[in-house]
Amino acid sequence: MKPGTRLKSAACDTEVMVIRAADGTIECGGAPMDEAKPADAAPLAADFSAGTLMGKRYVDADGRYELLCVKPGKGSLSVDGVALVVKDAKPLPASD
Amino acid sequence: MNIALLLEMAAEAAPDRVGLVCEGKRWTYGDLLGAARGAFELIRQSDAQYVALLDESSEAAVIAVFGAALAGVPYCPLNYRLPDADLAALLARIAPALVIGDEERITRLAADQGHTVLSREEFSLKAQEAVPAEDAREYDPGEGVAIQLFTSGTTAAPKAAILRHSNLLGYIFGTVEFGTADEGDAALVVVPPYHIAGISALLSSIYSLRRIVMLPAFSPEGWLSLVADEQVSNAFVVPTMLARIIEAMERAGAAGISSLRAIAYGGGKMPLEVIRKALELFPEAGFTNAYGLTETSSTVALLGPDDHREALASQDPAIRARLTSLGKPIPTVEIEIRGEDGETLGPGQPGEIYVRGEQVSGEYKEKSALDAQGWFPTRDAGYMDEHGYLFLSGRADDVIVRGGENMSPGEIEDVLLTHPAVADACACAIPSVEWGEAVGVAIVLRDGHEMPAEPDLKDLVRARLRSSRVPEKIVFLSELPYNEMGKLLRRKVKDVLAG
Repeated sequence: MKPGTRLKSAACDTEVMVIRAADGTIECGGAPMDEAKPADAAPLAADFSAGTLMGKRYVDADGRYELLCVKPGKGSLSVDGVALVVKDAKPLPASD
Repeated sequence: MNIALLLEMAAEAAPDRVGLVCEGKRWTYGDLLGAARGAFELIRQSDAQYVALLDESSEAAVIAVFGAALAGVPYCPLNYRLPDADLAALLARIAPALVIGDEERITRLAADQGHTVLSREEFSLKAQEAVPAEDAREYDPGEGVAIQLFTSGTTAAPKAAILRHSNLLGYIFGTVEFGTADEGDAALVVVPPYHIAGISALLSSIYSLRRIVMLPAFSPEGWLSLVADEQVSNAFVVPTMLARIIEAMERAGAAGISSLRAIAYGGGKMPLEVIRKALELFPEAGFTNAYGLTETSSTVALLGPDDHREALASQDPAIRARLTSLGKPIPTVEIEIRGEDGETLGPGQPGEIYVRGEQVSGEYKEKSALDAQGWFPTRDAGYMDEHGYLFLSGRADDVIVRGGENMSPGEIEDVLLTHPAVADACACAIPSVEWGEAVGVAIVLRDGHEMPAEPDLKDLVRARLRSSRVPEKIVFLSELPYNEMGKLLRRKVKDVLAG
């Protein structure tokens, strides 16, 4: 998956921008994400329904995946069934 | 990934929030994105290879940078203070361009270069009126160059530094969290649009959802009244601006500026006296010293508010000295000091500052300056102390080499500035038959002080530093030459000393 690819959730309104990715399947709300939205919405899996937040970056434990949420939704993000977590950013003072 | 994403996200999250205030007019994030998409249409119709701006800061700078990004055409703001001949040469290097700004001057200098010229008002109006075609537009994917900035070219023809979308987004994602500004926050932008700090201020303010308040032409009074009128919370200034703001506050007082919580500075050496006074005059504000270059997409190291207050309050000379430091590298950037043979140097050892990171472009249109491992030689000379604080001694090219011994002008200047009669000082290399180079200094006297005897000044340097640093030639000037960003023009002083 190329950096800059915009993926849409099949289960909710979530859209993400790929910053970094490997070969696994990126999912939202339990369903695979794709550049196009499917005609029929996928059901929102209960285990992946915590929601996404605008502007947050989501990462895996190994640092192989990083997704930027550019449109929030009800589903939450995972790769091959493993939930991604919000990247902790240490706040820097504004320098410009 | 395209830098236009920053504005698209702001407009998605807060379409009706005011993102820009310029000369009394207020623009929401929705307005700005609409105009940037309109600018895309204008750029496509013009067949321009570049989008250039020859103008002071205005809404056109914001619309142009994002419009150009959507169209996949580099945005190239030009320095309107350049003499005609230099400007004509730069315009020729970016032809054919859509040039926004001073129509009369562009036509006079470059009528035969094939540019499309629009005044600021025309461009802003047409961009708002241009309605994208029915079918959704294919915007540029952002895999190329977003911005091209010409360096000031003090030693040779100006170089065209290029910043890719990936460099700028690396900087923004690494340093700013989306939408973290409070609804009332506002950043006062006074740096000209052709300077990297003027561009990065737009990008980071928009991504944090902090309202931009533009002051196109700096005056200390104008700056202070805009802070009060717009309840500004954040500001970036160059050292000469801060010095003039302080003078104005001491002259006329300053009411209504308590909204100011964060003041960042950079772009030149901050005199110790000025920052000390500023810390006293703005007791509630957090000060941040930002160090960065055009080629590094702005800030790579910073000295934060806590460091400033700690240094001011400390009795320990090593901690007090941090007020003159550039602070520590930001987490997404690596910094190393290297010697002449390219070896990595340890704490306290002076050498050249090297930088590496996603935001570091180090690339010119002609060639890349990065080494095989991706490190960018900044040509800045400095050292890092044992606690990781970075100190700048000057440009590597300004180092004086006397009989094989390297000396930084900064250390000699710092000693001279301790003399009560010395208001400003500049040390540079002068030709020497015996040593190859020797130390020459230009000195500006403080008002009301008598001219010190030359042997006194030489003794002062000899007592504090080694005898090799004692100036061989001393001249007294009424003022030192600075550019509009507060950078000391050493080459001009060198010419005076050589004459």
